[in-house]
Amino acid sequence: MAEREQPWVFRTYSGHSSAKASNELYRTNLAKGQTGLSVAFDLPTQTGYDSDHPLARGEVGKVGVPISHLDDMTTLFEGIPLDRMNTSMTINATAAWLLALYVAAAERQGVSPKSLSGTTQNDIVKEYLSRGTYVFPPEPSMRLASDIVAYTVEAIPRWNPINVCSYHLQEAGATPVQEIAYAMATAIAVLDTVKSRPDVTKQAIPKVVGRISFFVNAGIRFVEEVCKVRAMTELWDELTRERYGVEDPKARLFRYGVQVNSLGLTEAQPENNVIRIVLEALGVTLGRRARCRALQLPAWNEALGLPRKWDQQWSLRIQQILAYETDLLEYGDLFDGSAVIEGRTRELRDAAREELDRVLGMGGAVAAVENAYMKQRLVESHTARVRAIEDGSLRVVGLNCFREAEPSPLGTGSGAILKVDESAEREQVARLDAFRRRRNAEEARAALRNLEDVVAAGGNVMPPSIRAAHAGVTTGEWTDALRRLFGEYRAPTGVVARRSERAGDATSRIRERVHALSERLGRPLKILVGKPGLDGHSNGAEQIAVKARDVGMEVVYEGIRLSPSEIAQSARDEGVHVIGLSILSGSHGVLVKDVLDQLRKEGLAEVPVVVGGIIPEEDAEELRRAGVRRVYTPKDFDLGRIMDEVVDVVAESAAAA
Amino acid sequence: MNLVDDSRPGRREQALALLDQLESETPAPGAPRIGLTGAPGAGKSTLVDALLRELRRRGRSVGIVAVDPSSAKSGGALLGDRVRVRASAGDPEVFFRSMAARERLGGLADATRAGVTVLAAVFDVVLVETVGVGQSESDVSRLADTLVYVAQPGAGDLLQFMKAGLLELPDIFAVNKADQGAAARRTALELEAGLGLGEREASQWTPPVVLVSARDGLGIRELSDAIDSHFASLVESGELALRRRRGADAFVIEALERRYGSFGLDRIGGRGALERRLRVEPSAARYGIVAALAREIEEALAKPRG
Ligand code: B12
Ligand SMILES: Nc1nc2c(ncn2[C@@H]2O[C@H](COP(=O)(O)OP(=O)(O)O)[C@@H](O)[C@H]2O)c(=O)[nH]1
Ligand SMILES: [Mg+2]
Repeated sequence: MAEREQPWVFRTYSGHSSAKASNELYRTNLAKGQTGLSVAFDLPTQTGYDSDHPLARGEVGKVGVPISHLDDMTTLFEGIPLDRMNTSMTINATAAWLLALYVAAAERQGVSPKSLSGTTQNDIVKEYLSRGTYVFPPEPSMRLASDIVAYTVEAIPRWNPINVCSYHLQEAGATPVQEIAYAMATAIAVLDTVKSRPDVTKQAIPKVVGRISFFVNAGIRFVEEVCKVRAMTELWDELTRERYGVEDPKARLFRYGVQVNSLGLTEAQPENNVIRIVLEALGVTLGRRARCRALQLPAWNEALGLPRKWDQQWSLRIQQILAYETDLLEYGDLFDGSAVIEGRTRELRDAAREELDRVLGMGGAVAAVENAYMKQRLVESHTARVRAIEDGSLRVVGLNCFREAEPSPLGTGSGAILKVDESAEREQVARLDAFRRRRNAEEARAALRNLEDVVAAGGNVMPPSIRAAHAGVTTGEWTDALRRLFGEYRAPTGVVARRSERAGDATSRIRERVHALSERLGRPLKILVGKPGLDGHSNGAEQIAVKARDVGMEVVYEGIRLSPSEIAQSARDEGVHVIGLSILSGSHGVLVKDVLDQLRKEGLAEVPVVVGGIIPEEDAEELRRAGVRRVYTPKDFDLGRIMDEVVDVVAESAAAA
Repeated sequence: MNLVDDSRPGRREQALALLDQLESETPAPGAPRIGLTGAPGAGKSTLVDALLRELRRRGRSVGIVAVDPSSAKSGGALLGDRVRVRASAGDPEVFFRSMAARERLGGLADATRAGVTVLAAVFDVVLVETVGVGQSESDVSRLADTLVYVAQPGAGDLLQFMKAGLLELPDIFAVNKADQGAAARRTALELEAGLGLGEREASQWTPPVVLVSARDGLGIRELSDAIDSHFASLVESGELALRRRRGADAFVIEALERRYGSFGLDRIGGRGALERRLRVEPSAARYGIVAALAREIEEALAKPRG
């Protein structure tokens, strides 16, 4: 029997309301046996806006902790000695800034950067493909990412400067092959960028390669997932040896953390999600050869809204039981020698290599972001998945089969999720205000100027950012300085004009209805699918856009992160017959009201509006009272039915006009 | 805008009257109508965005029509060009309308032309983006005062374009993606060589080849200047009125031909006769004429041939 292995790091992705509230949460979680921290930032922080920016309205402290300046960061880790903590930060476009704040906060604690350990996610490619919190165009973004790598390799040697993510790709519909291939393509893009830097020597490359880690998804097909991580382990070993000439096998290890799949967690019969989560955890812990280094589990009420402390605790207990009660960690690799596992691993590896070569052939990950290749493949895969759920060929227990159920004693009403208090935003803005008044304005200005000068001259962004952190610069100011230098970017939506091949009877029937109504309207039925606010969840909007196109509508879909007034303006210019809003960030209250106001201002009060997303029933009721015609949530998996109702809604308004 | 895109009978008449009124009442030369065409992926939409920024910087209001070629049996379409055109966000001096090709409900050429007429009456400049796929170049050349062909480095589409004998249509060539360096310069040289060989009247205007990067905003000022000087030369030479007239006449004939075939045209004297009739028609109004001639053809078709 092999020696009992040390368990992986137990984490819970969390943070909300304020630095103070999140600090308390972290300390309780650690006391309960969590062994690492995983910080969720709010959307303004992730997209580089201060808490008092107009675009931050309604989003401050909602889905993560707001960090606008050094005092916020210091509060976040009060009483948590940073030299003894392993902190993972899900931060990308503004990663350099949040790392600078972290370093500055450590220095305030008297901790040297040399003794820090943790991770900045810092994978910008998957932001364009799935996660949506990008700011700058791809090229300068890659440069910023490589600045962090080049800096930390020397200055914070135990830091994982980048966590190449396949996790978010699966959440956007990726197949295992796409997950592997696009993650590898991303790692190559980063390493090639680092390699081409004049300040990184050839000798340093093995050390750089050794610092690259991954963040992987684990889905419900858990046997295949066992094979997927083995295939990734093999490919990474091969790639680092052949492409980057790394001799030391330890530097070629595929080190990865995991968050298990959430896309498959249901609103219907949510208690079943616990079973899904356990099985998914097995996929990345069973085999010793390719076991994860850190694990985060979502909560049973994932599709209802944000988890409460108790919900997160339940998921932490899953990890603890798996690691401490079972005999899992007592054995060597369970799968070595299994022909089945080896066979599937080989298939995945070979197919992934082929797809990787295709991407490299078109110029690599950055090119395949700009020309929309990868995004289009993801939307396609997700469309296939959504269709299979719709037609029943992919079974999801409690959602499209076995729907008879007893009432759940767990409760799914408004008390069953975390509600962030409305006062959180006001208080955060007040703190920011006070901070700005307190700081030495001249010092902050000088630090910002220095930042711009250094970055414009091609210098590493980290040192001037750390100086700016100490000087009291804010998140919005730091990002604005770089926006001035680099400009902003909008990624391709991946939703293509081409019609999808299959059109079943149901689709043809709805298409007939659309054509008939179009004749009556005098031109084709036109729908605008809009995503107001900072919310980056695009899956639902994409699938609605694809379906609307397939049933014969003209579709205007401009991607994520539009302001309510931009949406109203598009609706006016394009002369749409109906507007569909998709909001999953929990800010539907404020945002829908703003859109309705803007429509009224444009004289479009009569254009009907429907809304979809993570919307608790009480909120849905309120939206309908405000004039929204229909509200949809994840349990409405039948897109055909949704389209039928959209046609009804347009017909009703046309008749009323 | 919604009215002129409405194919219901009652609305249609109303719309045609309005369009003719707009065309004849807008004092000449009115707003320049600039067409951008080129292969898919050449960067037309990105270039529209860059031009838009430049035009706004020059204080001009802009109307845009983007024509999406994607027409499927479903009749459904994803109008994706807005995504690339961001400079307009929140600007009341900019109007952006996308349209999909359609087989039903009036066809596209009518709707595009109508849209351009409306926007030209309201905005300082009108931009029209269409994908270059054979027919559409000549369609857009009929409604644009200045036609810009957008080429990209090293792609075969330029060769195709030359082969198709379409080289004499554009007034300006923009070689986009100049940020790709040598390849773009090579394409520009090839194009210049090709233009040298082409048969153009030795008239005043020689189409310039402008290197631009829509992505990085390079050469946009030069392109914008070239567009302005082309328009100025049209106005100065008196060519503008002729050109618009010719375009409008061709539009009338094509609209009738699409609906009734050359067989239908023959019933009212054939194409040549029609051209002559249109040439002596005094008013600039062309929309109402389509309807009037259509009625004439239908009456002729209804009568037994004797
Ligand atoms: C997939 C997912 C992601 C993916 C998104 C990929 C992508 N490109 O879309 C990734 C991993 C990137 C992600 C990231 C985050 N996520 Co997330 N995510 C999910 C998840 C698991 C599924 C959502 C989904 O895509 N479902 C599939 C689609 C098809 O369903 P849908 O959008 O619900 O749409 C259906 C209906 O709602 C309706 N509909 C939706 N829109 C529209 C529009 C119209 C017009 C119509 C008619 C109908 C309609 O029809 C659809 C058909 O069934 C949910 C939880 C869950 N299981 O629902 C969390 C969830 C939405 N995420 C959440 C959070 C907090 C985040 C983060 C903000 C975390 C953070 N702090 O960083 C990040 C950042 C994202 C960002 N930039 O905004 C929270 C939101 C909490 C809240 N509302 O209070 C959720 C609820 C999880 C949770 N419980 O904490 N996420
Ligand atoms: N390198 C580079 N890419 C560009 C430039 N202009 C557009 N592109 C890219 O070319 C692709 C097609 O652009 P788009 O404007 O949609 O082309 P359209 O189909 O002609 O409208 C996109 O991936 C753009 O990012 C440019 O000037 N340089
Ligand atoms: Mg385009």
